Amino acid sequence: MNLLLEISNGDLAITAALTGMALVFAAYWIARLIGPKSYSVKKGETYECGIPTRGESMIQFKTGYYIFAILFLIFDVETIFLYPWATIMRSLGPDGLLCIAIFMFILILGLAYAWRKGALKWQ
Amino acid sequence: MKYNMFDFSVVTNWFNNLLTGCMPEWAAILVECIVIGVVLLAAYSVLAMFYIFYERKLCAYFQCRLGPMRVGPWGLLQLFADVIKMLIKEIISLKGTDKFLFKLAPYIVVASSVVMFACLPWGYGMQMINYNIGIFFILAVSSLGVLGILLAGWASNNKYSLVGAMRSGAQMVSYEISMGLAIMAIVVLAGTMNINELVLQQQNCWFILQGHIPAIIAFLLYIIAATAETNRGPFDLPEAEHELTAGFHTEYSGISFGMFYLSEYLNLFIVSGVAALMFLGGWMPIHIPGWDGFNAVMDWIPSIIWFLLKAFFISYIIIWFKWTFPRVRIDQLLAFEWKYMMPFALANLVLMAVCVALGWTF
Repeated sequence: MNLLLEISNGDLAITAALTGMALVFAAYWIARLIGPKSYSVKKGETYECGIPTRGESMIQFKTGYYIFAILFLIFDVETIFLYPWATIMRSLGPDGLLCIAIFMFILILGLAYAWRKGALKWQ
Repeated sequence: MKYNMFDFSVVTNWFNNLLTGCMPEWAAILVECIVIGVVLLAAYSVLAMFYIFYERKLCAYFQCRLGPMRVGPWGLLQLFADVIKMLIKEIISLKGTDKFLFKLAPYIVVASSVVMFACLPWGYGMQMINYNIGIFFILAVSSLGVLGILLAGWASNNKYSLVGAMRSGAQMVSYEISMGLAIMAIVVLAGTMNINELVLQQQNCWFILQGHIPAIIAFLLYIIAATAETNRGPFDLPEAEHELTAGFHTEYSGISFGMFYLSEYLNLFIVSGVAALMFLGGWMPIHIPGWDGFNAVMDWIPSIIWFLLKAFFISYIIIWFKWTFPRVRIDQLLAFEWKYMMPFALANLVLMAVCVALGWTF
């Protein structure tokens, strides 16, 4: 339950998401209504600074980004695991601190491995 | 917990009673949802227009210019002129684009930023979505925005867009981690993720003072990560004009570009709002224990003004960054996050945990 009214949070989140979509939809609709329309072959072409485009653009791309995506996945999941601990850290006391220290040690080992292997270096 | 300020939930409860008195419950909820949607839409667009004006004026003053001055007094009507200009431009349909994904991308970006926007605590009793995992929900939704940007770049069938989107994606997902860890340090201090409780806990002392050294480090880490998350300042290389034209939204024209522009400014407000909420007390006024007269005067200022002023102040700092630091390269950007920010944020989290466990907080 939220503070405002007796509507569930899920409903409110959906309302907010629909509001955003309505905003974009309305903007598109108004623009189509009052904007000019014209057609020419040149206008529909890809804009790459005036040079004719070569080949496909929807291609497999540089693996450098892929490695960072994998690293992100590891550390983001780690963040998800840490949040519940962070919330009840006070009541867990020193034991909780010790347990999470072991978890973090393993993580930092992972980061050190990735660093050593050169995964953090941009290629 | 009762608090000595104007409670906005009085108004909403009155409205709720009024509606449930004259219609069945489901209809009342429907009407309330529609009213909330309209209020959200109005607040979102007004703030976005204000932010565009705010940034243009600030940029101008940083460069010893006057900024927009011709349209209306001090150029105040410029923001309406901008919106009208964007609306009356043609939305060009390009060949070779993936039509569906190309249209879908702005929807995802704007919807995710509106959901985050609805989570912010605007004032006492003025909050829409109030999950018990509030702050985590904001982080989770913020990562949805990346999807929209990647889609936009992919669907454009343009190499500049693709490279821009890839960079943007890599940057946003990387900095999300240190952002999450910086916020987590404050969650350790507060022991809750509920946004309303987070604000109420800062009644006597803001978190940045309660957590002293680790909280200040977390604040700095958060501000840097937030600048990178919103693709701004020295980290705006997804749209580095001299190499990539406009990055992922090169092929978007008219209002479809306007939607990315809008959500970019709103994201600036949202990250500033989250910083205000986590570190500077949200809508809580300045309170000095013992100074009752002073506290009473501060309580007299409405809570929404406190929240907005704090958010604008942090936005001011983030805009200031842009005109102070030169743009970084992609390798520097990623190395900075993974080799400095992230280990530092982890160490800071441990420091905060130790401080809390030993009771070294105010």
